[in-house]
Amino acid sequence: MPLLDVRDLSVVFQRDNKPFTAVDGVSFTVEPGQAVGLVGESGCGKSVTSLAIMGLLPRRGNKVTGEVLFDDTDLLKLRPQELRDRRGRDIGMIFQDPLSSLNPVIPLGLQVAEVLERHQGKKRQEALREARKLLDAVGIPDPTRRLKEFPHQLSGGMRQRALIAIALACKPRLLIADEPTTALDVTIQAQILTLLKELVEGSGTALIMITHDLGVVAGLCDTVNVLYAGKVVERAARHDLFGAPRHPYTHGLLQSVPRLDVERGGRLHQIRGSVNDNIPWSEGCAFAPRCDRVIDACIGETVPLEPAFRGGALRCTNPVPQEVPA
Amino acid sequence: MSQLAEHKRRRIDELTARTAEGGGVSLFRDAGRRLLRNPTAIVGATIILLFLVIAIFAPLVAPHDPVQRFPELTKDLTVDNIPGPTAGHPFGSDPLGRDFMSRMIYGARQTMFVGVLATLIGLLFGVLFGAVAGAAGGWIDVVIMRFTDVMLALPSLLLAITLVALARQSTQWTVIVAVAIVNVPIFARLLRGSMLAQRESDHVLAARALGVKRRDIVTRHMLPNSLTAVIVQATLTFAVAILDAAALSFLGLGDPDINRAEWGLMLGVDGVRYFEVRPELAYFPALAIILVALGFTLLGEGMREALDPKNRR
Repeated sequence: MPLLDVRDLSVVFQRDNKPFTAVDGVSFTVEPGQAVGLVGESGCGKSVTSLAIMGLLPRRGNKVTGEVLFDDTDLLKLRPQELRDRRGRDIGMIFQDPLSSLNPVIPLGLQVAEVLERHQGKKRQEALREARKLLDAVGIPDPTRRLKEFPHQLSGGMRQRALIAIALACKPRLLIADEPTTALDVTIQAQILTLLKELVEGSGTALIMITHDLGVVAGLCDTVNVLYAGKVVERAARHDLFGAPRHPYTHGLLQSVPRLDVERGGRLHQIRGSVNDNIPWSEGCAFAPRCDRVIDACIGETVPLEPAFRGGALRCTNPVPQEVPA
Repeated sequence: MSQLAEHKRRRIDELTARTAEGGGVSLFRDAGRRLLRNPTAIVGATIILLFLVIAIFAPLVAPHDPVQRFPELTKDLTVDNIPGPTAGHPFGSDPLGRDFMSRMIYGARQTMFVGVLATLIGLLFGVLFGAVAGAAGGWIDVVIMRFTDVMLALPSLLLAITLVALARQSTQWTVIVAVAIVNVPIFARLLRGSMLAQRESDHVLAARALGVKRRDIVTRHMLPNSLTAVIVQATLTFAVAILDAAALSFLGLGDPDINRAEWGLMLGVDGVRYFEVRPELAYFPALAIILVALGFTLLGEGMREALDPKNRR
């Protein structure tokens, strides 16, 4: 049984008094201990998906439909109080900007202790002792001193480590990481990813990794969901996705990443147009206007998400032909 | 070797010492440190401190009882002749033969008391309403904000006059309450604005993602981060409150007790009435009011600079 089962999740905003579908019937599952990637460019609905799972979207002006089954409980149907009890305890979350995600006027120790006091009923002193251990576990040097420091006194990498410590403080079964490395420079990115990988593997925590960076996914995720304009366009195991991408969008994304093992000198591939050059999903494939492999069948009616090999899925009428990798 | 190297080494030692010190430097402690290096704030704080000392130790500082009428002053006292400085009375007499200097000194007490209390009461209720409006949102926010709109639509002094007029008998407390009420909407609006910004901030979203209770989100995450603007406004409000209270006294809407020494009253009644006979009766209280107001304004200005996150190290 999957730990998290997202079924037909849709989020509709009111934008300029017109409904705008940010997430359009997204379904995916996360098994216990599994690392799942949600990949896509800005505006494809990946962050909104995570906020909808956590119940953190403002209730006014947003319509969230579908089911988010966590342990067979539909999170979307829980009362706010019940949902608050689960957030931070069962599901942790890490955000993109580590500085602005920490409270600037509270010492670090108290910020870690707060979540322990909240969910485990620990007293302040006990929580602070635990906080020290947590900071130590995420590799923050001299944790005793750091407990009393404020976020602006830490480096970017340390801040993100602190956020990870807070998110994992109550040993949640699911961790949602929303672009956790985007605000960090490359060397720190690598450290943070290694740390996440170790912690996730060590504790059996399941992970949803939300990113636009295919490199992050390649190093970390078991299964990858590629999102385009609010819909999943391809789902595959990591190895299959990188070895044999079927959807032209995925293929295009991978082609546009510079690679070490390809001869230099040639132009990098690029995908035509921008995210705004869409047609509505109801009138065909949203990616069609930018697609190199567009055919007549792409336009007219919604392209369904169909099962592909090895538990994957694909939403394309004219997929990239690939030999199945061994 | 050279002096330069020596100098550099010392500088490096200094820097490493500071880093090793580590520990928590909170926003407010950090701001306090910067405040002490800010000349504007220092000048403001010195002025206020001076007047505060005079106010607190008025009985020790003042040469005489402020309400006592002295025979040596009343002797020649007429409407056209108010005795000037003498050996025992450096500022001379007031129109009733009382020691003017002592009255000025006790006036510091009265005037600052009114200004500080009016500001604090206004701050308290302003923060309360602003926090509720900003945290609750929805119709509660709309009701509170429309109410402050109505209050802000009226000129503050006019509103204060109306409030004092509502109380049948004017005392010192009516003045304090009236000035406080006038300032409530200013604080409320200011705090609500920063609370709204905080509500959308990343760290509040992060706190919500951790399941932190709504009450704790407001008190631990939103409020402490919203208070800076209000603190600065409070120091500026001290100045305005003193001026407003003085204006009310000047208009004869303060405490009618003739023994009370308050700068606004002294300026408004004696100062105006006897301006041609003894202009000091108007100059001194006016100067004192301006100085204290200036002191608070300078301190507020300095605090704004010190608390500005852009100036943090």
